[in-house]
Amino acid sequence: MATEEATVGVPVLKPSRWQKTKDSLSILWSSKIAVVGLIIVLFWVFAAIFAPVVTRYEPNVEDAQARNQGPSAAHWLGTDHKGRDLWSRVAYGGQIVLIKWPITEKFWIPGGVAIWGVFLSVLIGATLGLLSGYYVGWTDDIVMRFLDAMMAFPTILLYLIIIAAVGASATNVVIAITIAGIPGVARLVRSLTLDIRTRDYVAAAQTRGESGLRMMYVEILPNARGPVMIDAMLRVGYAIFSLGTLGFLGLGLPPPNPDWGGMVQAGHEHIFTNPWAVIWPTLAISTLVVGLSLLADGLREESLRYQ
Amino acid sequence: MAIDHRVKTPVLQVEDLAISYETRKGDVPAVRDVSLEIQRGEAHSLVGESGCGKSTVAFGLVNFLGRNGKIVNGKILFQGQDLVGRSQEELRQIRGDQISMVYQDPMQALNPSMRLGDQMSEVLTIHRNMPRAKAEEKCIAMLERVYMPDPENVMRRYPHQISGGQQQRVVIGMALLNGPALLIMDEPTTALDVTVEAAVLDLIADLQRDFDTAIMYISHNLGVVARVSSKVGVMYAGEIVEQASVEDVYLSPYHPYTQGLMRCVPRLGMDKKSSFLYPIRGRVPSPANLPPGCIFEPRCDYARDQCRLKKPELRQITVRHWARCHFAEEIAEQVWTPPEGLVAELATRAQQAEAPEMILKVDNAKTYYKAPSKKLIGGEKQYVKAVDDVSFTVKKGETLGIVGESGCGKSTLVKTIIGMEEPTGGQFEFMGLDISRPVAKRNLSIIQELQMVFQNPDSTLNPSFTVGVQIGRPLKRFKTVPNHQVRDEVIRLLGMMKLGERYYDRLPRQLSGGEKQRVGIARAIAGQPELVLCDEPVSALDVSVQAAVLNLLMEIQQEMGTTMIFIAHDLSVVRFFCDHIAVMYLGQIAEIGPAEAIYAPPYHPYTEALLSAVPIPDPSVEQKHIRLSGSVPSALHPPSGCRFHTRCPRRAEMLPDGGRICEEQVPPWQHDSDRHRIFCHIPLEKLRQMEAVVTTGDQD
Repeated sequence: MATEEATVGVPVLKPSRWQKTKDSLSILWSSKIAVVGLIIVLFWVFAAIFAPVVTRYEPNVEDAQARNQGPSAAHWLGTDHKGRDLWSRVAYGGQIVLIKWPITEKFWIPGGVAIWGVFLSVLIGATLGLLSGYYVGWTDDIVMRFLDAMMAFPTILLYLIIIAAVGASATNVVIAITIAGIPGVARLVRSLTLDIRTRDYVAAAQTRGESGLRMMYVEILPNARGPVMIDAMLRVGYAIFSLGTLGFLGLGLPPPNPDWGGMVQAGHEHIFTNPWAVIWPTLAISTLVVGLSLLADGLREESLRYQ
Repeated sequence: MAIDHRVKTPVLQVEDLAISYETRKGDVPAVRDVSLEIQRGEAHSLVGESGCGKSTVAFGLVNFLGRNGKIVNGKILFQGQDLVGRSQEELRQIRGDQISMVYQDPMQALNPSMRLGDQMSEVLTIHRNMPRAKAEEKCIAMLERVYMPDPENVMRRYPHQISGGQQQRVVIGMALLNGPALLIMDEPTTALDVTVEAAVLDLIADLQRDFDTAIMYISHNLGVVARVSSKVGVMYAGEIVEQASVEDVYLSPYHPYTQGLMRCVPRLGMDKKSSFLYPIRGRVPSPANLPPGCIFEPRCDYARDQCRLKKPELRQITVRHWARCHFAEEIAEQVWTPPEGLVAELATRAQQAEAPEMILKVDNAKTYYKAPSKKLIGGEKQYVKAVDDVSFTVKKGETLGIVGESGCGKSTLVKTIIGMEEPTGGQFEFMGLDISRPVAKRNLSIIQELQMVFQNPDSTLNPSFTVGVQIGRPLKRFKTVPNHQVRDEVIRLLGMMKLGERYYDRLPRQLSGGEKQRVGIARAIAGQPELVLCDEPVSALDVSVQAAVLNLLMEIQQEMGTTMIFIAHDLSVVRFFCDHIAVMYLGQIAEIGPAEAIYAPPYHPYTEALLSAVPIPDPSVEQKHIRLSGSVPSALHPPSGCRFHTRCPRRAEMLPDGGRICEEQVPPWQHDSDRHRIFCHIPLEKLRQMEAVVTTGDQD
């Protein structure tokens, strides 16, 4: 015991924030799949953030002289049927997905529509999942039957109903993604909660007479964060998919704003004269979704290995 | 010719075996320089604490090391043929059905979706091409051999329909079906209750005698090893440090580690007033980071310069006794003197003032769980009577031990007291206040006075928060100290736990099992509770750590005058640690009284059976041989009259009419002395005539 007492006086260095970040990043580097996914995702994030810098044309400027062109030195990815630069539209189109949520014409808040939609569905879904997993009994029954009813609707139908009811706008798309995502998140958090609430540290908190709120958000939720975060990452991918679908169906952002789904919709009428206008936005959607899936899968595999 | 060959060669011969695991940070040598020999009909044990490589040796023998494990050196000769470096197919041919293994958890060895009969006969029909009818016949004979009641019926059942002890019997029977030359058993009784464990150990001993099989027995439990084996190898940090016959290792150990182990297990009969457990200081070095000299040197009381520089070899000290120590002979001659601080503490411990003040009074406590009805609609409501009519009192500063097999209701009782379960009936009085309410409806001041220490070190702490935050939480919640002093108080508590300030910012995953348990204790006592409920706080810990944690609990009790209720299934630990003991069976108390009275006649027949089942780490001790038949009945439909009557070995011989009264009437409480009472029909005079279960040799 003497050795242990001797070290008591030595000032204790807290692990620095940088060190902690580095530790949590190390898990990312150890998975090649996750790194590939991260590179793809980062490519689109940078393209979106620096869209004004990396493009030479405004996304909505039409050039009647250069319609339906293939890739060239002037237009790297070609142009669409109105002569708009495709690279510029694809890059700006990424903004709405990942970077900006335009609340009104002028005002936008950072974080894309897909990201906000998933964030809000995790927020609300986790709360519902915690409530039904922690209190069980009739609380559980009510919450779960309500969510089952929501899950009974096919997602795309749910989107159509919501957008048809409240109209097409970026905010309404966020609301639609949120509502469609809630049941899945709630189910996941509920199952994690049911497991975690049987652990001794939850019992210890009970014997301290802690409140239900503290039990759920402090004792249980932090220990469910790993699976929830990985699930959220996959959900961002699905949300981007859904955004594309909505855009294609004409329920996304009102034109002429660049929107990947909308670009596919506009381009598919001219697909035989100019396939590029369809190929590039499709490729953008699919690479970003694949990138996010790879990142999530890689992280999940690594985190399971060293549990 | 074959027979000649067998007589000369041991069944298993391991020479200088070394096994490493590949990890991202390089190879970790988990096992080094292990040599052993097992003859036919011999049981060789490997004993050691967790992480010392015992199971790795076993898995190495059958080449089940997993993807990252590999044998880096040495020979494994099985009936004269080397197994190292062979392909799976070659191994299969050499081994054939000659090596069998039995693991800790029988439920994982049995296929839950196959009938037991099919699983067992498959062994014979596939390995031996035996016709099905004949195979089944052999299986039934084998089940009879492992003392399974009603074997024909068992053949048709699924694994979940028989009890854990019975499952393990089936697994052992299955392992023996092919008549293997070597049987490897890896902690086969660790998951079982003491009474069941005792029966399984008897079975192993019988089988060894009848089948002439060589057995390699792996266990962490010194008592179990003493009962089953003839030779013992003590493992420490991946090496065998001492190897000899059971008597030699237990009665005259040469290696300081073995000696240390013997000093930190409580023997049945030891108590805290007259004896002390001496934990081994420090902790087992990680195999990735071994000391250069003797691996035990950093923790050894006799360490000298030579130990630091030169690694000792396993050398022969007497004819049949090997030890890995430079100074084994010298050390064995010296009389071990306990550190002085400990002796002084023992003296203060003995003089405990008798406190007449009652702190907890439980009367006719009942906790029932609603069992789901089997009918879809309606059906009578059924209750699992987890705790049924329990009454006891606890005095201030006292420790009440609760023992009993799993499912006897001890945990439910404690959960009801602390308010995690709502009682169905009865009075609960704590410091004069009524506590028969769940914790959510209690006053914060009562909540603060009742705290709990949990069993599983891996789940007792919230993995997301640092040690400091977790110990600080009760301080803030109960406002024990002003907010700005919380950090200092946490550090003071850490000091009390012998952990120190550097643990403040650590996360639970950075701690060892013993350290986690200390933090759990610190968290429980932070609010300075009057009563601490300990639910098996040491049963998941290694013996040397267990000793340290028990000592710590006693220190806390001395310092703070805390009252404790201590649940455990290890009767030696309970005897050592507790002042009063309650023996529970099927939701009721069978016997309650001062510790020394429980462990001496008159006994309740159930107490007697429990005591005779305890594995004692001392081959010189004589122990009565009483085994309970059957398993604990369901608490859904407890037996009428005395609940123990279905298994009671005494009622037929001690009561007239074969003890019919036990089936018909609830027994009376018979008071042996002021606080010692027995719940039994057998008159006290007859119970007093019983002999003591454990009779020790003269060496005390």
